[in-house]
Amino acid sequence: MADNVKPRVRVPRSVTAGEAFEVKTLISHKMESGQRKDKDGNRIPRSIINHFSCDFNGENVMQAELQGAVSTNPYFQFDAVVQESGTMTFTWNDDDGSVYTESKDITVG
Amino acid sequence: MEFTRRETLAIGAGAAAVSLMPLQAFADQEATDAAVAEYAAGGAITDGGVELTTPEIAENGNTVPISVSAPGAASILILASGNPSPKVIEFMFGSLAGSQSASCRIRLAGTQDVIALAKMPDGSVRRGTSTVKVTIGGCGG
Amino acid sequence: MKNITLSAVIATGFALVGTAALAEGQPPAEIKPLVIDGINIVAEAQAPSHMDIPAIYSGWEFRAEETQVLQLDDFDNPGMLEVDAAREAFNTVDGAAGKSCASCHEGGPEEFKGLAAVLPRWNPDQNALYTMEDYINYCRTARMQAEAWPWGKTQLNGMVGLLNLQSRGEIRNVAIDGPVADLWQQGHDIYYVKQGQLGMSCSSCHEENYGVRIRAEILSQGQTTGFPVYRLKNAHLNSVENRFKGCMKNMRAEPYKPGGPEFHALELYVASRGNGLGIEGPSVRN
Repeated sequence: MADNVKPRVRVPRSVTAGEAFEVKTLISHKMESGQRKDKDGNRIPRSIINHFSCDFNGENVMQAELQGAVSTNPYFQFDAVVQESGTMTFTWNDDDGSVYTESKDITVG
Repeated sequence: MEFTRRETLAIGAGAAAVSLMPLQAFADQEATDAAVAEYAAGGAITDGGVELTTPEIAENGNTVPISVSAPGAASILILASGNPSPKVIEFMFGSLAGSQSASCRIRLAGTQDVIALAKMPDGSVRRGTSTVKVTIGGCGG
Repeated sequence: MKNITLSAVIATGFALVGTAALAEGQPPAEIKPLVIDGINIVAEAQAPSHMDIPAIYSGWEFRAEETQVLQLDDFDNPGMLEVDAAREAFNTVDGAAGKSCASCHEGGPEEFKGLAAVLPRWNPDQNALYTMEDYINYCRTARMQAEAWPWGKTQLNGMVGLLNLQSRGEIRNVAIDGPVADLWQQGHDIYYVKQGQLGMSCSSCHEENYGVRIRAEILSQGQTTGFPVYRLKNAHLNSVENRFKGCMKNMRAEPYKPGGPEFHALELYVASRGNGLGIEGPSVRN
């Protein structure tokens, strides 16, 4: 599943210090739940993104621990608040050990 | 990941039964209770203080949009009481969270109660519940 | 017919044969404006003169609000992940000729603005009815000397999505006369013929019972202006002709082959039933 996994994030380029703003993330991932069986009746092993983290200048905004019941192409929407300009980083951890990252610069204006 | 209608039925451990039986009678109640107890870790559980927004009727159980909000919470756990495994996702809010709220899309194996548990900084737990009817579409093709 | 569901009719086992003549579709419960990224998309229009119903509606209008909102913001639309991948593929060299799409189409995908609104159409160079998939695979095989992408798979659906997106809001206007007249008639006949163990035709659901529930789901008119469609059910983009295949399986009929002549004729005919609606693919449906 490490192939063709593409994260997308959307944050405002410029924000007001101390004022909450919306963050959206979407990543392409099959999220094989581990609950399905193949044609021969064998359980298809779980293969999901199990952890997500959003941080800004080293401080945490939000983390999530995902299970197999999160839909294909995991999507999150949440709010962040910052006091100074910096870089927002996004990290997704895959069951197979892969780590997908994305970052966005945000200016406090 | 693609579920055929048959597979969706199968993972529901008998989704057809869900619509016929009272929710309390569902076999996964024990697992849900265990997950609630584990998360609460002895903290007092009170109803209310968590806003859980779900569709009343989901057009497809494979992708159900939900939102949850619990002002002041340290973390929020989402449970699907009728799924084979009740835990869905836990959100943990950091110091730069702009609110203690989040939206995502989840899988529901059949009509069931979705439960949001919010853990407050003092260890107490607030609970919100929402019933989602999951339809088996007419056009599975 | 209006107060009972279509499924109830099917469940009785003697199907729609006796009631079809009396049946009539219902408009969506509420007509909402479909605006994506500031572009207004015509989702309700007068039916083309070749049809027997008064008005045509985008399938979006028949969906639940939770599904509708997923299409109102491109970021929320998970089908755009496959479009993003196609945008990359557009610029990626593939095949023995050492070309990418962009080698010829220097203007980028934007060169294809308006094309989705008039497809399928007659391609005089190839003497054949061409869908977007056919144009893409023609370029891949003849110009790039690359393998054709298989029907129904993500590369082809994503590229169709990318190219259809360039026509967002353009009004569908496929030609039904001239060299395609016979194919259009063939598609028309497939649309109305009863097939399969349930004795259903396309029209049983999408002309006689749109707006009516089939079991728990509200039937649409089967419009194709939103294709490729990201379905919540299978969580990927779906082509028109693969959706036809799914319909035929539900009818307990032997499906035609996606990309084959029968479905091509049907795609043309069904597209013509949407003449007047705005192009909105890739859309989100259940």
